[in-house]
Amino acid sequence: MSLLNLQLKVWRQNQGQPGHFQDIQALEIPDHASFLEMMDIVNERLIQDGGDPVAFDHDCREGICGMCSMTINGIAHGPEKATTTCQLHMRKFRDGDTIWVEPFRAKAFPVVKDLMVNRSAFDRIQQAGGFVTVRTGAAPDANSILVGKEVADAAMDAAACIGCGACVASCKNASAMLFVSAKAGQLNSLPQGQPEKNRRTLGMVRQMDKEGFGNCTNQYECEAACPKEISVRWITKLNRDYALASAKEAFVGVKEHAEGGD
Amino acid sequence: MSAVFDSLSRFYHSSIGKKILVALTGAALLIFVLGHMIGNLLVFVGPEAINEYGHMLQTALHGGGVWIARLGLLAAVGIHVVATIQLTKQNRAARVDAYGKVASQVSSKSSRTMIWSGLTILAFIVYHLLHFTVRVGNEYGNKALYSYDLHGHTVHNVYKMVIDGFSWAPAAIFYVIAMLLLSSHLSHGFSSLFQTLGLSTHRTEPLFKKLGHAFALLILVGNCSIPIAILVFGYGR
Repeated sequence: MSLLNLQLKVWRQNQGQPGHFQDIQALEIPDHASFLEMMDIVNERLIQDGGDPVAFDHDCREGICGMCSMTINGIAHGPEKATTTCQLHMRKFRDGDTIWVEPFRAKAFPVVKDLMVNRSAFDRIQQAGGFVTVRTGAAPDANSILVGKEVADAAMDAAACIGCGACVASCKNASAMLFVSAKAGQLNSLPQGQPEKNRRTLGMVRQMDKEGFGNCTNQYECEAACPKEISVRWITKLNRDYALASAKEAFVGVKEHAEGGD
Repeated sequence: MSAVFDSLSRFYHSSIGKKILVALTGAALLIFVLGHMIGNLLVFVGPEAINEYGHMLQTALHGGGVWIARLGLLAAVGIHVVATIQLTKQNRAARVDAYGKVASQVSSKSSRTMIWSGLTILAFIVYHLLHFTVRVGNEYGNKALYSYDLHGHTVHNVYKMVIDGFSWAPAAIFYVIAMLLLSSHLSHGFSSLFQTLGLSTHRTEPLFKKLGHAFALLILVGNCSIPIAILVFGYGR
């Protein structure tokens, strides 16, 4: 195990106030440490010195919860492909490196403190259609609805989205299209999602627009940054589904809520 | 009826709806750019070919054809420009604090400069129309100087206008610069429009990307060949 001496440029900000970069020396960091463990060590020392520790989001530290964020050297979740910040290890950096640590920047993700941002815009998008309406009661029999293996696999790929927001953070326009397309596409490609397909697509896209995310310009930085490797082909599908749903709404009508006989 | 208009208005005001309009108008302009280039290359066939072609365009549908095309193109350019400026403003507003360290992993330079290449092309279109269509500040509209005898009919001498137009270095150079930016714009726009219209697949996306680059190169070489041939190699002079 070797030790790294690093120079951090960390974004410090209190909610509603302008932020700034703080230079922090991170000395003798074990290269076995994860990026978050490095931040823990830095915070311990800040606290010992009577300073204000850096606030950052984290939870499972296993790469599956979607809680950790951080834009590291300009790349959401850092330089390691298909890896969340918590699974990024310090051995990917070299002794003497300067590392920029910033929050996931987007107007729709307001900074709570330092590197923590409020990502509840994603929850509101989900509430606008990212679900299927089902009857409560006993669980249905397995295979009562037949789903092709390829369809199930594709839906599973989309369902791998952990809603971390790296797509928004890495997008040049802070667009949420990759997230929305994965969440809508997962259900829109399954038979269970068909009855509400148009309503879901229109509802989620409208909520996305309302939250103040930018517009997709097909540069695919989102796909490159996504820790779950969600494909931009889901965005293609969302574009298609949205066009069809809009046409249906304009000329036939799409019910906003399920009504009798719908 | 108003319900339909409400829906169309909502469509235009949504991010994806506006982008679909940009893609559709972009597709129309892309086809125009190709046709325009093929027509222009007739200058290398000779005065008769390009003058006859010019006369055909001017007199198609008793002179109405050219106006239908002009109004259609004006609408396409208008929608394309207004929608992209609105989208770009929203994109800028979507990130208030810029990153201290900016990094790009996969996006092309062309894709990140679309608004600037696009606005320069818009300025070029205005110049181009004043130059060869409205003919401001030049003698290209003077019938005594720019007439051509085509099988007994007196028609506009497009050939001489093009040769004279590109014999002036600043104009020729500006055309080449504009074509470089157009080529950059097309290299991202071509494959992008298939994505926005929901037509790309895992199999076709790499093909659309290659076709887009080939198309951009074709337009660049084809259109630049004319001013370069005239100014540098003295074609027609």
